[in-house]
Amino acid sequence: MSVITGLGVIAPNGLGVKEFWEATLSGRSGIAELDRFDTSGYPARLAGLVRELDSAEYLPGRLLPQTDVSTRLALVAAQWALEDAEVDPAELADYDMGVVTANASGGFEFTHREFNKLWAHGPEHVSVYESFAWFYAVNTGQISIRHGMRGPSSALVAEQAGGLDALGHAARTIRGGVPLVVGGGVDSAFDPWGWLSHLAGGRVSVDLDPATAYRPFDANAAGYIPGEGGAMCIVESAESARARGVQGYGEIAGYAATFDPHPDTGAPPGLRRAAALALADAGIEPGDVDVVFADAAGVPELDDAEALALRELFGIRGVPVTAPKALTGRLLSGGAVLDVVAALMSIQESVIPPTFGTATVPGDYGIDLVTGEPRPVPVRTALVLARGRWGFNAATVIQALGDRS
Amino acid sequence: MHGRLNRRVAITGMGVRAPGSLGKDAFWELLSAGRTATRRITFFDPSPYRSQVAAEVDFDATSEGLSPREIRRMDRATQFAVVCAREALSDSGLAGISPHRTGISLGSAVAAATSLEREYLVLSDSGKRWTMSPDQLTPQMFDYMVPSVMAAEVAWAAGAEGPVAMVSDGCTSGLDSVGHGAALIREGSADVVVAGAADTPITPIVVASFDAIRATTTYNDVPDQASRPFDGTRNGFVLAEGAAMFVLEELTAARRRGAHIYAEVGGFATRCNAYHMTGLKTDGREMAEAIRVALDQARVNGDAVDYINAHGSGTKQNDRHETAAFKRSLGEHAYRTPVSSIKSMVGHSLGAIGSVEIAASLLAMENQAVPPTANLRSADPECDLDYVPVQAREHHVDTVLTVGSGFGGFQSAMVLTRAAA
Repeated sequence: MSVITGLGVIAPNGLGVKEFWEATLSGRSGIAELDRFDTSGYPARLAGLVRELDSAEYLPGRLLPQTDVSTRLALVAAQWALEDAEVDPAELADYDMGVVTANASGGFEFTHREFNKLWAHGPEHVSVYESFAWFYAVNTGQISIRHGMRGPSSALVAEQAGGLDALGHAARTIRGGVPLVVGGGVDSAFDPWGWLSHLAGGRVSVDLDPATAYRPFDANAAGYIPGEGGAMCIVESAESARARGVQGYGEIAGYAATFDPHPDTGAPPGLRRAAALALADAGIEPGDVDVVFADAAGVPELDDAEALALRELFGIRGVPVTAPKALTGRLLSGGAVLDVVAALMSIQESVIPPTFGTATVPGDYGIDLVTGEPRPVPVRTALVLARGRWGFNAATVIQALGDRS
Repeated sequence: MHGRLNRRVAITGMGVRAPGSLGKDAFWELLSAGRTATRRITFFDPSPYRSQVAAEVDFDATSEGLSPREIRRMDRATQFAVVCAREALSDSGLAGISPHRTGISLGSAVAAATSLEREYLVLSDSGKRWTMSPDQLTPQMFDYMVPSVMAAEVAWAAGAEGPVAMVSDGCTSGLDSVGHGAALIREGSADVVVAGAADTPITPIVVASFDAIRATTTYNDVPDQASRPFDGTRNGFVLAEGAAMFVLEELTAARRRGAHIYAEVGGFATRCNAYHMTGLKTDGREMAEAIRVALDQARVNGDAVDYINAHGSGTKQNDRHETAAFKRSLGEHAYRTPVSSIKSMVGHSLGAIGSVEIAASLLAMENQAVPPTANLRSADPECDLDYVPVQAREHHVDTVLTVGSGFGGFQSAMVLTRAAA
């Protein structure tokens, strides 16, 4: 059994789990105008931005020149998660700790600078750090080195679904006999080239009003807002947590991943199947689920497809559904991990955070979307869903501790 | 999570695109002849760069059967992966797959690097602009930044609708992706997984980034002899491109259908050195631990290893590090076991090479011979194992240990065994 015993959150609407959760319940948004360069020539200008985090305050100076902003955020998130779990890495055997991160865009801003140096000034100007600040395994490697973690480690790429895959693989690693794994995802790519690359995907909202730009499941949904940040979790075997005398927030009770049929086939997507497989993996029925944290694409046809999957699995308005990511934007590999954090906090505090911004859910969606105000209700089991561009589906069941015999 | 299975995993198909060879027969022919495929870079003018040598693949997408639409849409590394996946499926003889029970595990270290650089030059007006205009933006730019589309393309090529993963562990991606695929079958999440890796990093930014840390060779005058793993005169690795994909199946199902089984994935393990993003300690401790665990999983005694397919990148620190790791894990048996590095012939294709080396290992088992370490004339005195210099050798090969080591501190080991009838 894999227990989550520590959370390190770097979200556009809050640093640390406490601030993030307060913002999630009160509706404080992290979506604002991207002001890191002149965006006037771009059709979309809003992003979920992590502000007021000075990495230099948390990281040794030598790490700053060799890391992209995304890696600094990942390192701080991992440090906070370890502190939250009261882990002292020096007290565990080094092979007993692994690192599994999801990554989607690598050290993109860093590498943009190096491309610029190469082509504007010549090869001899390229940084000695470029070869490892850019690639997708960088966060796993840097976290492993910083905390002396020598156990099985990996990095996974699956766009927005990657965060759940990383936690699922962390749980797999725990099953394989490793007591503790740092698992999660963090991304950031808001330099001019990164921003253009987000826009190239074609689904970014061009609405310039932060209150309405990303309204998943709304009748007027018109795209999503990209965000940065994410979260790291300490995933631990029940035995390890018990031996350290920590309680933990909840359990990763089930996980599954599927892939959609080729778009040309017209066959139904695989999200419902991923959800059903995750429930089966947890050994529970749809009726046991108290809340669904939706993928919430914010694109009408994708919202429609997710609503259909939920109706098929749970019945019409069969389960409360929510999307707190309306306040952060979609964070690539970090988004689904933030949803897992929110699910754990829902379990802790018996309240479902609402989907702020969404006002009118089309009736034919047939989903009970929690909107407006937090809904106080006991939560013992949450289902978290995520979809990655081109067909990745992942589903994770998070349960209260002590729920299973 | 409740009951998980512990099933055995067979490799029943392979497709490989390596420098100097297209397909497994040509690949083995190159390896067993000890021929090198390293040459002066032809993809761009390498003269401004410190290292001007690479192992390129003469890959023609059209004659590889890709449609014009696929060629337009896919990055070069994705093209390699898709071609190899199709070939592996055909080689496996699988008559049809069950989509829901079929998964993908694709490895790549730098993924769409080639396309990123091409688009960068367009969008920045050859580096003149920091802030870019959306005018010349291609829709694929998102997928070059977020390259999980590579795994998606392989899934479409295979018709897979089970778990699809892109494993990006730097230079161990090629071993780790196959290890990950095997884990999916072992635990019961899939019955068939198309697994392997592709990387096409021969592009100026990658060349410059390795120049900056002097990791690549400067034998620019003798490109065909530039990759010299374990030799006292080696001075860095030779950058390469390539791909290899495999069909992994649950062992009893593979036997039931009478499939040709190249090998069983007996064991796989990965560890991190938690030391340095690019540096290695000389003791080989973490790689030795990965080897020990992989052997243990395979229920193979170290003495049973017939051949070690080394990482053998041709950097001084690597060659000494892994020599120490072999001694530490296998003891005296390390001295009795042939060890070779095919990077001497096909270079170091970053995330792909681990899979290319699995292909070489399977072919060594098929042919009962071990490929040589080309260009090995006079070994570094601190590298005192049997590195099979220059000439391939007939050898009884039932059990292969293949290892990888990469930036970020990743150390991986896989044990391939002959699946007894």
